[in-house]
Amino acid sequence: MSATTKQISEEDSQTIALPPKSITLRISRSNPQAGTPKSFMEFKVPYEKWTTVLDAILEVKKYLDHSIGVRYSCRQASCGSCGMIINGKPRLACFTKIIELNSSVITVEPMNNFPVIRDLVVSFDRMFATHKKLKPYIIRDDSEITSKTKEFLQTPEEVEKYIQFSSCIKCGLCNSVCPTMATDSSFIGPQALTQAYRYIADSRDKGKNERLKIIDEPHGIWRCHFAGSCSMVCPKGVDPAMGIQLLRGYLLGFRR
Amino acid sequence: MNKMRESIVMKVHYGTALGAVALVAVHILFRLTQGFSESLQYESVIANYEFLPYALVLELILVLISVHGFNGLRVILLELKQGRGYEKAVTYGCIAAMVAVIAYGSRTIIMTSLGMA
Amino acid sequence: MEKQENKEGIKGWLNPGRYGIERFAYWLMRLTGIGLLVYFIAHIYETSAILDGKAAWDKMLELTQTTEGHIILAIVIGMCVFHTANGIRLMLGHGGIGVGKPGRPDYPYAPRSINMKNKMCIYVSIGLAALAMLYGLGVMFGE
Repeated sequence: MSATTKQISEEDSQTIALPPKSITLRISRSNPQAGTPKSFMEFKVPYEKWTTVLDAILEVKKYLDHSIGVRYSCRQASCGSCGMIINGKPRLACFTKIIELNSSVITVEPMNNFPVIRDLVVSFDRMFATHKKLKPYIIRDDSEITSKTKEFLQTPEEVEKYIQFSSCIKCGLCNSVCPTMATDSSFIGPQALTQAYRYIADSRDKGKNERLKIIDEPHGIWRCHFAGSCSMVCPKGVDPAMGIQLLRGYLLGFRR
Repeated sequence: MNKMRESIVMKVHYGTALGAVALVAVHILFRLTQGFSESLQYESVIANYEFLPYALVLELILVLISVHGFNGLRVILLELKQGRGYEKAVTYGCIAAMVAVIAYGSRTIIMTSLGMA
Repeated sequence: MEKQENKEGIKGWLNPGRYGIERFAYWLMRLTGIGLLVYFIAHIYETSAILDGKAAWDKMLELTQTTEGHIILAIVIGMCVFHTANGIRLMLGHGGIGVGKPGRPDYPYAPRSINMKNKMCIYVSIGLAALAMLYGLGVMFGE
């Protein structure tokens, strides 16, 4: 344990029974606005078999260092707020248990390929702007109000074609791990491309050509090389790699 | 100059790849069926060049692999750094390099097949 | 508000072991592509020696038909076979073949596109490259 490692005192610990186990949590600290370079602070945190990385970070924030910047919300892997690099891989902090990491040292850093605001908090502005650019809504001239059948009906088979891609929670883990995004800031990214496919594959949508035009550019869909890392880290089973390859079929003429 | 749509460029990239695979296989077989060392002797190589269908195969390989290779390099360089000036320089630089390699290789093929070696 | 770009940079292309064999194949595809392009340009240059007559051609052969030359050529053979085989896998994948069918995701949310078919194709590509290298070495050093 280093001289700077802090530990929660027995009286302050939230757990009722004294836990036998603890890990060292290394948290990346930086404040680009103040010009503070990136450094790591270490904290000794107790854990149980159900403790998640987010629980550990919040324990530190509560008792050891209130200034740690971390974004979180639902704590149940449905809002996509707590994405960060945990022991070198982008993961959701609320969805990653300490025990599954099999390590006595847990290092948490802000997601790659996103501008850092402070500590573990990154800016999603670019990702949201790119997502909006791909028109993530049903495009058609009529609406369910005017249609004779009221709702736009879909068969279960038609729903199966896109439902998995609609599970995206915009956590940004896929963009963080993408090898193209590691160097290409103009690349649309797996998240937006998958959402483009989600709408194109939706039988209710008539905006296929508009979206295909947007992605058919030098930093569009063609800069994906099927490394598959996006699908490896997606916490909701969206499988962006599948969506992007299926989307490519439209531009290559395999699908109409 | 109109920008070629990226999907057309990538279709060319895939097409050149498939064409090159078949033709490079022919090129390698020529070396193996004659015996590797014997096939590399001066007289044997000249005879290969003067056989017109084989010279055409070599010319096609030259064009296909130059296009495929330099487009691949363009993609790698475009992903490394962005910016209008840089991207234009990379695109035109790769096209220029591709034309230069094709010209230099074609010179060898044409002159040798015409017996000017 | 000033923010760092925080791009992972070129080391984002590496870390091959961390994200599975597919990431390794991506990295190897780039490496072999660049290697083959360099070899191709050198090959065009070296074969232009034929225009300068027999003496120049034989001098070029003296440089390339050496142990080092054969080893380099064997590596090129391996790169070529891997790049071709993996390229065919990628082309099929880009057409939607071998990436699985969409369906309702369920825990543990295993991605269907990262399947045994793709992994086996990558291993087969590496295996074929190794075999081709061995065959090439056998032909070159066997004579």
